[in-house]
Amino acid sequence: MKVLVTVKEVAEVADDFEIEGTEVGERYLEYDLNEWDDYAVEEAVQLKEDGPAEEVVAVTIGPERAEETIRMALAKGADRAVRIWDDVLEEPDLLDVETKTNLLAAVVEEEEPDLVLTGVQSGDDNFGATGVSLADEIGFQWAAVVNALDYDHDEGVAHVHRELEGGVEELTDVELPAVLTIQTGINEPRYASLRGIRQAQSKEIAPKSLADLGLDAGAIESELDLTSMYEPESESDATIFEGDASETAAQLAEVLREKGVAE
Amino acid sequence: MSSDVLAVAEHRRGVLRDVSYELISAGELLADATGGDLHVAIIGGDTEAFADDLNRKGVDYVHTVSEGEEFNHDVHVQAVEALHAEIDPEALVMANSVNGLDYAPAVANSLDLPLVTDAVGLEYDGDLTVTREMYGSKVETTVEVSGDQYAVTFRGGEWPAAEGVGDAEIGEFDVDIDTDTGSSVTGFEEVGGGDVDISEADFIVSIGRGIEEEDNLPLIEDLVEATDATLASSRPIVDSGWLPKNRQVGQSGKVVTPDVYLAIGISGAVQHVAGMKGSDTIIAINTDPNAPIFDIADYGIVGDLFDVVPELIEEFS
Ligand SMILES: Cc1cc2nc3c(=O)[nH]c(=O)nc-3n(C[C@H](O)[C@H](O)[C@H](O)COP(=O)(O)OP(=O)(O)OC[C@H]3O[C@@H](n4cnc5c(N)ncnc54)[C@H](O)[C@@H]3O)c2cc1C
Repeated sequence: MKVLVTVKEVAEVADDFEIEGTEVGERYLEYDLNEWDDYAVEEAVQLKEDGPAEEVVAVTIGPERAEETIRMALAKGADRAVRIWDDVLEEPDLLDVETKTNLLAAVVEEEEPDLVLTGVQSGDDNFGATGVSLADEIGFQWAAVVNALDYDHDEGVAHVHRELEGGVEELTDVELPAVLTIQTGINEPRYASLRGIRQAQSKEIAPKSLADLGLDAGAIESELDLTSMYEPESESDATIFEGDASETAAQLAEVLREKGVAE
Repeated sequence: MSSDVLAVAEHRRGVLRDVSYELISAGELLADATGGDLHVAIIGGDTEAFADDLNRKGVDYVHTVSEGEEFNHDVHVQAVEALHAEIDPEALVMANSVNGLDYAPAVANSLDLPLVTDAVGLEYDGDLTVTREMYGSKVETTVEVSGDQYAVTFRGGEWPAAEGVGDAEIGEFDVDIDTDTGSSVTGFEEVGGGDVDISEADFIVSIGRGIEEEDNLPLIEDLVEATDATLASSRPIVDSGWLPKNRQVGQSGKVVTPDVYLAIGISGAVQHVAGMKGSDTIIAINTDPNAPIFDIADYGIVGDLFDVVPELIEEFS
């Protein structure tokens, strides 16, 4: 079986930052592999190590800078990677679900995987929709928010747990081909070994433009427009203790005593 | 196309989920703005009883689809598609819940509707503008929808629950549903049981990713011991296996309502806040003055936990 795993390079915002137009200023951003995708990569690599998967291909939508992140996935055990990018993707402030679905669907068509693993959401814009939207587009079965996966190779069925709210899990059987959106905690993502990092240097990252994927600009037309970005007005009426660590700790201790929860 | 709004309610194991009533409130606001009717759909379960309960102020129609006991995404997708074809509404509104994540994107894609998820605010002036958050609630954005028809999912807990009794027309919507689709729910499992029940605690010391390493946990355990508190945590601590699942506070963990909740190195993500916002007094220790946890805190220290916590232990020993 072949596993396609989607990875995204996400930005994290520094404690202090400024917004420039409809973006956070570039110098306040730090890039990393999306937390949820880290678990998806690990799950894919484990499927290879345990036998059922012959090949793990990572796919990302992102500019050249994203190669650093996708190399992480390669260093952790993915066999090769595809990076989708095109100048026309630079323009919109928001790559919406529909656009990402179209781009990834074109890669699925080329790669013909049996299983696609995505993260539940990305930590920056947290739409949480790409995996399931993609499943509909490519006609695969799916399950969202998967925190346990047991794949039965003979039956071609994934026995999964979907993590619902309030400490309840739903047990679901999903026939392959399928898309599963992976939740944090499903496994323990490995750190890339030095050997893995070295090997990743010689693994293929195939760049794909819209034209390479047989798509035209229509594939990225969007009916959504990011019109503003701002810092939410603080609703805080918290009393902030001032002073050094011992002074603030003393004031906090006073509150705990007043409330009668600690002596 | 009509200017109507179609809202899809949610249920689980015999009860309507609270977000259903919130969708009605949000849906009513939107229908007032578009000038259309508010339709509510309920798919599966005890649809008759659910429909009576969903008939709240502002609802014009309740459509029941009596297929299956529990949520199944294939049933949901087919039922919502058929209802959408029938009503042809301007707005399709759904919950940004775990089950919402499992069917809303498929419906939107299959109906070719632009999708905005996790809305926390709405404005309408002929076009819909949705407010949503990014970067762990550190910034807000507005997204303008230019399509005539669209799908939006709403964050739970942001709109009031609809109340009162409405005079909605209630009817079963007939639709042929193919149930042999390759995905089937086989059961449910409760997780997070065990020796402690943090939801009983009066004083909770809760630790988040700010602790950095498992080796630093004893510092927090010392504080717990010195203050006779109950230890809890945010999700990453449990994901990493440093604490058991029964210590996790939040959407997918426990809901707690102690007298005092002391959040240390926790940013205050919406899924965490869902589990602790009902605490009487919330205190936060965080290096980041912009961390969203301060929005709901009563008291706070902007500082490094590795400096503050040892001093706090000192206070109580
Ligand atoms: C479907 C779903 C369900 C989820 N369910 C839950 C749930 O039940 N519970 C839950 O908690 N999360 C849940 N999450 C995850 C949630 O979105 C966040 O990722 C998580 O809550 C973040 O945990 P955190 O605040 O500990 O970490 P972070 O967001 O990384 O925050 C760490 C904080 O520590 C501060 N910090 C760092 N160093 C220090 C220091 N030395 N001193 C003081 N402060 C410091 C930082 O400023 C930061 O604010 C869920 C997510 C999804 C998608």
